[in-house]
Amino acid sequence: MLENDTLPRVLYVDLTKRRIWHEYRPDIFEHTIGGTGAGIRLLQEECPEGADPLGPENPIILTVGPMTGLFPMASKTVAMFKSPHTGNLGESHSGGRSATSIRLSGYGAVVIRGASESPVFIAVHNNQAYIRDASALWGMHSSFTVGRIIRDYEPDAGIRTIMRIGIAGERMVSYACVSMESYRHFGRLGLGAVFGSKKLKALVFAGKHSIPVSNRKDYLKIYDNIFQSALDKPTKKYRELGTSENILPLNELGSLPTRNLKQTRFENAHNISGEKFAEDYLGRRVACAHCPVGCIHLAALRQPYKDEPYFYKTSMIPYDYEPIYALGSMLGMPDIPDLLKLIDIVETYGLDCMSTGVILAWATEAFEKGIISEKETDGVKLTWGDYRCYMKAVENIIEQPNEFYKALAKGVDHASSIYGGSDYALSYGSNEMSGYHTGPAAHIGYFTGARHSHLDNAGYSVDQKTLIKEKVSPQDLAKMLLKEEQWRQILSSLVVCYFARGVYTPEVVIDALKISGFDLTQDDLNQIGIKTLVEKNKFKFREGFKPEEMRIPRRILETLSPTGYLDEDYIKETIRCYMEAVLIEPEPALPNPV
Amino acid sequence: MRRLAILDNEKCVGCQCCMFACARRTGQGGLAESRIGIRSEGGIEHGFVVIVCRACEQPQCCKVCPTDALVPKRTGGVAYNPDKCIGCQLCVKACPIGSVFWDAEIKKPMICIACGFCVKYCPCSVIALENIPEKELSEV
Repeated sequence: MLENDTLPRVLYVDLTKRRIWHEYRPDIFEHTIGGTGAGIRLLQEECPEGADPLGPENPIILTVGPMTGLFPMASKTVAMFKSPHTGNLGESHSGGRSATSIRLSGYGAVVIRGASESPVFIAVHNNQAYIRDASALWGMHSSFTVGRIIRDYEPDAGIRTIMRIGIAGERMVSYACVSMESYRHFGRLGLGAVFGSKKLKALVFAGKHSIPVSNRKDYLKIYDNIFQSALDKPTKKYRELGTSENILPLNELGSLPTRNLKQTRFENAHNISGEKFAEDYLGRRVACAHCPVGCIHLAALRQPYKDEPYFYKTSMIPYDYEPIYALGSMLGMPDIPDLLKLIDIVETYGLDCMSTGVILAWATEAFEKGIISEKETDGVKLTWGDYRCYMKAVENIIEQPNEFYKALAKGVDHASSIYGGSDYALSYGSNEMSGYHTGPAAHIGYFTGARHSHLDNAGYSVDQKTLIKEKVSPQDLAKMLLKEEQWRQILSSLVVCYFARGVYTPEVVIDALKISGFDLTQDDLNQIGIKTLVEKNKFKFREGFKPEEMRIPRRILETLSPTGYLDEDYIKETIRCYMEAVLIEPEPALPNPV
Repeated sequence: MRRLAILDNEKCVGCQCCMFACARRTGQGGLAESRIGIRSEGGIEHGFVVIVCRACEQPQCCKVCPTDALVPKRTGGVAYNPDKCIGCQLCVKACPIGSVFWDAEIKKPMICIACGFCVKYCPCSVIALENIPEKELSEV
């Protein structure tokens, strides 16, 4: 790490005591690089054992990496906290302008402690941090409106991020998200509820510091190579149709979870495909800061007002593979306009779209099977494909008019533990399923991944590339998933977007890190990756993680995947092998810091 | 005259790679040295605006400079002499486009020199270096 780099400066904000200060923490960054590695160390320092996720003792930690603001696509911020949704490790990543703004405001990490008695937001402009009154913003339902008001109120347009919560965060729905730059999110695991518990409505960072480099000539050369490959083939699909390109291939393969995974092919897939979106609704493509790919796709939806002829509103609504899966195929949504209306309300209130979709899919099946009735749903007739009933249900998750919606606001694991139907409650370690029923590796990945996310170890990719063709022993599959998750710790310590994983090969990472003064070998990187994953799992076990007790939803065994029917014993054995290996610490010791 | 032309800001995806390129031109990371700005047009859903010196014929920044640190160049754009600059920021306030940037680290103004370094890093061909024959200048 270079001496005059601001990366190791950590901003501390104590909302209870209303104190702001910073500390110089090279000890954290030297051994972990930054991002997720730095985040888990700070979480271990800050979060006491058994902390109430919605209590003042639960910290919010945000970290960026050395390459943020230096190289393209190193534009993610890692959030670490104890999740109110799973009661365990909460880690979520987001882009937008969050990472560059934090880094260029002069910090590598932010720690928020305590809780405020009255609503506040935090604004940081070039090293100067302020706690501001947010009483006028509290109670606002729409995360878009909160963003618009702060946009006009705070300076530094163009070089800032505005992270904020909607009403879901205020009401502490356990899967409320934090939105930024309108369309990017700390989506999963309920950071929005943690914001809400602290009466923290928003967080603004702005800055345009410079970042030192070790060698100017090498910097320009390495930059150009990375920039060029960022525009080449590996990122083409993200740039053009975006992640929604996956709808048709996964449907064709029989992997697109449909109607609560009763099916894996959706008869209306063509009506909600990436191709259809692009043809009829794509209104604008936008990018995160310092990313030439521009994967963010916004649909333009024109809707007439019923009470006034020739009067319309046009909304720009984001779409990606995951919301199309969770709020589309999972709910049997027949076409794009209906789906967009549902995405819009979920975005507006600030809920995680994936958890929301899976929860509504479970509720619809439970309603269909008669284990719940209109008494529980407060008169809402949950019906596949009917966006009106789902919009009403989303409103009820916010308003919580009865015990049933209170339960839905805590996730599908919780709701099914009360009302039954756990066989088809699709969650893993209490986190709702991602959109891939590709085979056993995807599901084992959800169980074993530190965040129970498909992005932890890309099991869906192992299914499609390997398991569809050949059998792999539980030991070998565990090794494959573990190796990928260990390497991804490096990418997310650098805060490189996973869409750039084909660009940032180990060789490229080693060269780029030299520019920031980190002189590391491939072996050093591997060890840092392993160590980071060990630390995360140590935190999870400390907080009561019991992999052997995780519920395997029967539905995943009953619905055919492209690799055949899934075998429960194989899943359990692979999870066992994975968990046995994941806590083994690397030898030899960590490299000496530069 | 040479200047940076904005071909179509509707194509801008807001990646800000031009801003980072401009700063990198000086051999640094970050944005302190950047002389081009990209911000949303009142929310990302409305697209982006590109803020950069348009090399006006009678630059307002030069008119208000009390020390002649900024003077119009015969070939277009403005010439800046840091030795004469007293850091009063009148030029920053005078430019209605907002294209006189401020280097907060050394307290001096920064204006695009139309070097074109940023152009090759724009993935959407929003900006280009433009040569305008002098006789056409008054029509621009």
